[in-house]
Amino acid sequence: MRRLGLPAATAALLLTACGGGDPSLNQTGAQPQLPERDETLLPPMKIARPTGWEGASPTVPQGFVITPMGSDLKIPRQILILPNGDILVAEGSGGAAPKLRPKDVIAGYIKSLGKTKVKGGDRITLLRDADGDGRAELQTTFIKNLDAPYGMALVDGALYVANQDALLRFVYTEGQTQITAPGEELTKLPSQINHHWTKSLTASADGARLYVGIGSNSNVGERGMAVEEERAVVWEVDRATGTRRTLATGIRNPTALAIEPLSGALWAVVNERDELGPQLVPDYLTAVRDGGFYGWPYSYWGKNVDPRVRPQKPKLVAEAITPDYALGSHVAALGLSFVTDGGFGGDFAEGAFVGEHGSWNRQDLAGYKVVWVPFVGGRPAGPPADFVTGFINDKGQARGRPVGVAFDARRRILLIADDLSNTVWRVAPVAAQSPPPG
Amino acid sequence: MLKTEATERPMLHPLHAVLLAYPIALFTAGLASDIAYLRTAEIQWSNFSSWLIAGALVMGGLVLAWAIIGFVFPGRASRMMAGLYCALIVLMWGSGLINAFQHSRDGWSSVGPTGIILSMISTVAALCAGFIGFSRRGSPRTRA
Repeated sequence: MRRLGLPAATAALLLTACGGGDPSLNQTGAQPQLPERDETLLPPMKIARPTGWEGASPTVPQGFVITPMGSDLKIPRQILILPNGDILVAEGSGGAAPKLRPKDVIAGYIKSLGKTKVKGGDRITLLRDADGDGRAELQTTFIKNLDAPYGMALVDGALYVANQDALLRFVYTEGQTQITAPGEELTKLPSQINHHWTKSLTASADGARLYVGIGSNSNVGERGMAVEEERAVVWEVDRATGTRRTLATGIRNPTALAIEPLSGALWAVVNERDELGPQLVPDYLTAVRDGGFYGWPYSYWGKNVDPRVRPQKPKLVAEAITPDYALGSHVAALGLSFVTDGGFGGDFAEGAFVGEHGSWNRQDLAGYKVVWVPFVGGRPAGPPADFVTGFINDKGQARGRPVGVAFDARRRILLIADDLSNTVWRVAPVAAQSPPPG
Repeated sequence: MLKTEATERPMLHPLHAVLLAYPIALFTAGLASDIAYLRTAEIQWSNFSSWLIAGALVMGGLVLAWAIIGFVFPGRASRMMAGLYCALIVLMWGSGLINAFQHSRDGWSSVGPTGIILSMISTVAALCAGFIGFSRRGSPRTRA
């Protein structure tokens, strides 16, 4: 018995390595409740195993209807709606982080269980739904041979695409269904290792500048800080010259950027660090302040020091900005779209939709839905509300995982990229579903 | 008058001895790289430790199985010595396993006080197991 004591104790420890959250903690809004750090020997890992929709669709609120706008995509990530209503979908999967520890091999395998088996398209697909029935009649490759494209922006007849290693410019003419001319490189983007490879993109309100979100090269600096030069930052790129400056730092993984329509300010959804427990650290939605330092890796949610980072930087932590609005821990917010021009009206007249890809680092699944964050006067006001759900079935399997979201004010629709079922969903008010008169 | 004395040989089979050489060397090296990490905060030392400990566990796992079998079926060896040897191997491997998980944490938490203590336990247990395994105490003494 004695000689079995240690392995048995180890096994027990591993099995009981709890990882569920305390539902009584409110982890959203301006002042989320943060529990004590809980570093377990094995990080709690729970991946919802993929399954098909099999004819089912995500759940939308009463008065709305959801349809698959496009399917059979190759890992759709972000969506851009063009002025004529054509929908661009960036498809791909990047990153080439070498496996440095046995952990990287094992964790990589476990995370792969929750992903699609489809290979990333490295392309942009165009969807056209001219009759407005919610299903695209035309689905065609718009730009091919890209390198893990993610962020997109259209300014003055130029389409900007953020590959995982460079920001490209393509000339776009309205109505075009294919671009074959090669893109012009506006600037290179940091791409060494690319642990967080997605490069989010949006244009400033006046269109003069582009903002690029560049994620960190590690969870919390465990590859050494030398590889974190110009990582966990937001760049401001001059659209005319391609020169850039670093707008904000310590912003771990800014996976989507968008302009808040009332103030014209830049906002971001940001994925925070893992392995501090199921309820640390909340992912957040924040205005990106010029010159702001958001804590990573030295501190989280403002000035809460992360003891895993050595050497520590107390002077830097003293300057760390507390983000504006917590979305919940490990929800993996990847999509952000503000409504404009009155949105869907009613409760959805001012605010933002946020796509939450879903958790791996907690036993009780979090995210796996699209939420609505109400705004008043250009600031978040009130708790987030579930808008599109049903991505997890009653067996706890994932039928889909939301990524990018895009609200189209002209057509009053919300589009959602689902990178597990490789679908783009369209949500519309029920009235908009009826065929156009005539 | 001819006095015959059987050659005394250590408790461990030669192949067992070769296998044990791995955890002895790898846990010791892991301890050294843990010390280097805590002194420098240079993460590569912690990465080295992770692989050294993983390697020690793979080869040490075979040693563990052999040690348990040797304790259950001591053969010519003394049961007490076989038991002591087995207990040390269990301690070495068990603390090594916990330490492998410890080293999978990020940054300073990959080692920290817990990691270095576990590395010390594994190293000392491996060295002691080697001493016992190669000593003649546990061997059968056949004297005429």
